[in-house]
Amino acid sequence: MVGRAQQEADAVIRKLVRLVDERTASAPFLKKALRYVFPDHWSFLLGEVALYSFVLLVATGIYLTLFFDPSVATQVVYHGSYEPLRGQEMTPAYKSVVDLSLHVKAGLLIRQTHHWAADVFIAAIVLHLLRIFFTGAFRKPRDLTYYLGLTMLTFALLEGYVGYSLADDLLSGMGLAIGYSVAMSIPFVGANLAALVWGAPFPGTPAFWSRMYIAHVFIFPILIGTLLAAHLLLVALRHHTQFKRERESERTVVGIPMIPGYAPRSLGLMFAVFGVLFLLGGLVQINPVWLWGPYHVAASTNGAQPDWYLGWLIGALRLMPGFDVTVGDYTLVPNPFWGGVLVPLVVFAILFLWPWLERKATNDHGFHNLLDRPRDAPWRTAFGFALLTWVFVVFLAGSADRVYVTFGISYESQIWAYRVLVWILPLLALVVAHRVCVELQRGEEVKRLRCEVLAKRPAASRSP
Amino acid sequence: MRRLRDWLLALVVPRLGKRPPRRSPPRRRIVEGREPNERAELAATLLFLGSAASALAFPFLYAFDVHPLTQLLGLSLGLACVLLAAALIVVGRGVVVTEELAEPYPPPAHEPEQEDIAQLAEESGDSISRKRFLVLAGGAAVGSLGIALVTPAASLGPVLDMDPFFRTTWRRGRRLVDERGTPLRAGAIEEKVFYTAYPEHADREEIGSPLIVVRLDPAELKLPGERQGWAPQGIVAYSKICTHAGCAISLYRVPTFAPVEPKPALVCPCHYSTFDPAAGGSVLFGPAGRPLPQLPLMIDASGELRAGGNYSGAVGPSWWGVRNRKPTP
Repeated sequence: MVGRAQQEADAVIRKLVRLVDERTASAPFLKKALRYVFPDHWSFLLGEVALYSFVLLVATGIYLTLFFDPSVATQVVYHGSYEPLRGQEMTPAYKSVVDLSLHVKAGLLIRQTHHWAADVFIAAIVLHLLRIFFTGAFRKPRDLTYYLGLTMLTFALLEGYVGYSLADDLLSGMGLAIGYSVAMSIPFVGANLAALVWGAPFPGTPAFWSRMYIAHVFIFPILIGTLLAAHLLLVALRHHTQFKRERESERTVVGIPMIPGYAPRSLGLMFAVFGVLFLLGGLVQINPVWLWGPYHVAASTNGAQPDWYLGWLIGALRLMPGFDVTVGDYTLVPNPFWGGVLVPLVVFAILFLWPWLERKATNDHGFHNLLDRPRDAPWRTAFGFALLTWVFVVFLAGSADRVYVTFGISYESQIWAYRVLVWILPLLALVVAHRVCVELQRGEEVKRLRCEVLAKRPAASRSP
Repeated sequence: MRRLRDWLLALVVPRLGKRPPRRSPPRRRIVEGREPNERAELAATLLFLGSAASALAFPFLYAFDVHPLTQLLGLSLGLACVLLAAALIVVGRGVVVTEELAEPYPPPAHEPEQEDIAQLAEESGDSISRKRFLVLAGGAAVGSLGIALVTPAASLGPVLDMDPFFRTTWRRGRRLVDERGTPLRAGAIEEKVFYTAYPEHADREEIGSPLIVVRLDPAELKLPGERQGWAPQGIVAYSKICTHAGCAISLYRVPTFAPVEPKPALVCPCHYSTFDPAAGGSVLFGPAGRPLPQLPLMIDASGELRAGGNYSGAVGPSWWGVRNRKPTP
């Protein structure tokens, strides 16, 4: 670019910078922020994928609220264009979702994109969590960042569940019945808690829908957004972690500055996430509520599966042998408590306590800016892999009914097999993962020694 | 074309032209210099234009309602975003310079400032003579205010009233009707099929309302002793709501070859709790911790099914008091 055009562009930029600085006194800060460095590794992008999915969730979600009617107090009869539902009684909530999908132009695209974005959002968070765990990025000074991230994950799970429950289709109602039963199963206070939230025994008062709606479109998004801001602020204040390569050290961070190198890449990632989600939303059907039909207390269907991120909970509920713990006539522990409350509680408790547990076990109270490779901490990797295996086997158990339908393997024998495997496979994973890490370390040691020996050998003896 | 590209560049990566304008005295560069990459610039330009074209297709598809609309709209928006992403990544990797900077991490701690802050806090409070008393009183004020402010949450639901959990719509003499409201006749109930029944003139969307009704061979019934006469002609009725997690039971497993296949069972499709309709709804398999509540039946003079009373136990999922009482109308 030459001559006048360049000069004009420069003049505009200078004017803009002056305008901003004179009003905010932020030029020194901006100068530093624009050169903030991002260490480069593909796995550092997982958190960004989650962030950009969240942005799209908010945008598509706002559009959906312009059409959705969160009322279940009355039943209306469907007279719309979708033949199989004509004449059926349904709530305005369900009808508005069907109309949004089948009558509103672009409505189905936005609804399906929203649903896909939720699934990708939580998948990205979980992968991000695995990366953080297996590289030891949760260690001081980033433990607080890690706790905030875990809290966001719990809110994201609840947000997703409430979101697909709002549609009041058959699957959403079955999911709510299970959620209600899990709440009821909490020892000593379950029924009181459920009465508080639902306002009455299942399916609850119509006010329950208003409660879910405000939770889904306001409370949880605000909570997640606030935690997200705090999470990013903490990341920026302490700067990113990095892998050890050449110039990287505990005192020096090496990476690409935001301007001009990193910003276009990150914006590129954002549009790539948006693009993939719009393509999924347009081309790959998800949750076709008009096929499920409206929910009624007396209705259910075989082969119902939740969104993927709740698959481990349905597996845990199905694996439990059938008993309530009772003392006389008092029901101490109703059955859904084990799979629906205790399993997620244990998994999240381990994840929340892990930084502290590891500090106790290794007596490492140090400051860490450099990441471990998984092999560098064999016991952490082994425990993490065992926990992951446990959750994954429970997740698989949730699909036993589909395996029965597809392959004809008896459902009951599958459940019995899973009841055993769920304890054996994590132990096996623990042993194997530890062994692999140690072997990888040894391999490196051997290679290093060999190089040393070769280097020490006098030059004359090398050439015969 | 060239001018357009220049403008795009000026928009996306300001100040990255060939040279900064001459100013006196010439300043040291902040951003590392690099040779222009004409091919990458051309590629980015084409990708930007492709993205624009794909995005512009959206309003056309929308306006002319081109079939299949959802798929084409998704394709147009998705491609626009993907091409834009590709263009930006080409810009990031090929057009602008990729410097690797090294800079110091923030120091692990700022001891002098930490000390100052602690001192500041101590000195701010050192003129108070009864510090503990004051802090306790302040804590009491804040805590009490907190309690007062969360109290309205109790209005959300009947926290302490457990009666609604035992109430059902059934009472002695109430007729069983099907989905269309037609009374169920004993003579029409066949074996190996299940029927969903509701109480006549009552709310069907209550958890205690829907029933699952099956006819069994009276010789095979093994109902508990106190339930003699609950199953006229071998017709039994149970709550349709699973005692595990509240889903509706909508699977009836019936043997096609009775001697080798398992006996009839009612199965919930949510977690596959399996109940024995011949033995008072006891659990055969799966996670349910209580039998299905059974409703006593009678056949009136006109051959229609009526409730003979209320359920044998509380309906719905288990909770701490679920075994305390029998349900009431």
